[in-house]
Amino acid sequence: MTEFSDSFLTAWQLLAASDARLSAIVLLSLRVSLAATVIACVIGMPIGALLAVGRFPGRRVLIVLFNGLMGLPPVVVGLLVYLLLSRAGPLGQFGLLFSPTAMVIAQAVLVTPIVAALTRQVIADEWSEYREQLRSLGASRARAAATLLWDGRFSLSTAALAGFGRAIAEVGAVMIVGGNIDGVTRVMTTTIALETSKGDLPLALALGFILIAVVLAINAVAYAVRGWAERRWG
Amino acid sequence: MNTWLTIERLGLTEGSTRIIDDVSLSLAAQRTVVLGPNGAGKSTLLRLIHGLLHPSEGALRWAQPLSQAMVFQRPIMLRTTALANVVYGLKLKGHAKEVCQRRALDSLAHVGLEHLAQRPARLLSGGEQQRVALARVWALEPELLILDEPTASLDPASSREVERIINEIAASGTRILMTTHNLGQARRIAEEIVFIDRGRIAEQTPVAEFFTQPRTLAAQDFLQEEMP
Repeated sequence: MTEFSDSFLTAWQLLAASDARLSAIVLLSLRVSLAATVIACVIGMPIGALLAVGRFPGRRVLIVLFNGLMGLPPVVVGLLVYLLLSRAGPLGQFGLLFSPTAMVIAQAVLVTPIVAALTRQVIADEWSEYREQLRSLGASRARAAATLLWDGRFSLSTAALAGFGRAIAEVGAVMIVGGNIDGVTRVMTTTIALETSKGDLPLALALGFILIAVVLAINAVAYAVRGWAERRWG
Repeated sequence: MNTWLTIERLGLTEGSTRIIDDVSLSLAAQRTVVLGPNGAGKSTLLRLIHGLLHPSEGALRWAQPLSQAMVFQRPIMLRTTALANVVYGLKLKGHAKEVCQRRALDSLAHVGLEHLAQRPARLLSGGEQQRVALARVWALEPELLILDEPTASLDPASSREVERIINEIAASGTRILMTTHNLGQARRIAEEIVFIDRGRIAEQTPVAEFFTQPRTLAAQDFLQEEMP
C-alpha cells in the first residue's frame, strides 16, 4: 500500500514539475490521435451520410459491416497496417513503419468505422425528418447528405469524440506499428504498459492521470460547445 | 383557366390498404382546396401529385410541365438563419449567389419577416417558421404551389397571416392546391372544392355550391360534423 501512495506522490511531483519527457509523450499522443480522428472524420462522415440517405446495392451489407467494424481489435488493425507498411509490404517503399505517421494511419483505420457508423445513425434520424422537404426542393441524394452533415454538425461532434476517445485510449495498434521507441513513437498508453511491466509505477500512474484528465477535459469542452450551439441554433 | 392536370385512375396501395382508390380528376381552377375526413387520403393525393410518392397504378397527365413547390404542415428549418433557409431553396435551383441573396430578402419582406432574416430559423415561433417556409417557396416562383394543411398547428393570428400570404402568392398567378381542416379558410381561398372520402373522389364542386348544396351524402355529413 505504501508503494501505491509513493507512486501517487511521485506522479504529482512529475506533473507539478511538468517534466519534459512527460510532456513530450503527452504531446505526441495528442498529435497522433487528433490527426487520426481528423482523417477518420473526413473519410467516415461522408461514408456514414451516404449510407444513411443513399440507395445503392449492397447498402445494407455495408451498414452491417461498418457496425461490426466498430469493435475491431486494435492489435489486429496494428498487425494489418504493420504488414502493409513493412519493408516487404505493398507500401514498404515509403519507410513509414515505426514512425508517428504509421501510428496515425493505424488509428485512423481503427476509428473510421466508428465515426462512419455513428454518423449514419445521426444522419438517418435527420433524414427521416427532412426527407420530404429536401426532395421537394429538388436536392439530390448526395446534396441531401452534404446538407444533413452540416445541419447535424453539433450531434456529429459526439461521433468525432467517440472516435478520439477510442484512438487516444488504444495501445495495441500504436505499439505494433510505432514500436514504442523512446522519444520517437512513445505515447501515453504504450509508456504506461512499458513502465508498469518495468515496475516504474509513478510515471505510469502520472500518465494514467493525464490520459483520464485529457479525455474528460475534451468531453467537457465538447459538451459545453454543443449545448451552447444547440441553444444558439435550436 | 384550362385544365392543367388530368389524373387518370390513380391508385396507391400500401400493404392491403387502398389509400388512394381509382381517382380520376381534372384540375382547371387556379385555387383548389381538397377537403375530407381524417385519413381520407388528402395528404397522400397531394404527395402523389408533387411526386414525393409513386402511384401503384394510374397516371398524372400534365397539360404542360409546371414548376412546383410544396409547403408542409410542419415547417422544416435547417440549423441556420431564416435568410439562409430561403437562400438554400434558390441555391438548389442553381441561381447565382447574388440572385439568391436578393430574391431571398425580397421574399422574406413579402412575408413580413425581413427584420428576422439573420435570426436562427429554428428558434422562431411556429407561425414565423411557416412564413419562412412560405418565403422559401415564394422565392422559387413556382407555377403550382401545393400546401398540406399549412395552418394546422398555428394559432388564429398566424393562420390569418399565412392565409394572407397564400392569397398573395395566388394573386401573382401561381396555381394553389391545398388541404385544410379550417372550412372558413377553404371558403375564402378556394374556387373549387375537391371532396375526398376513403381514398375516392366523392365530388368536385365550385366553392359556393359546395358549402350550400353539397352533392353527396358524405360531404353533407362532413359539413354537418365540422360546422354544427
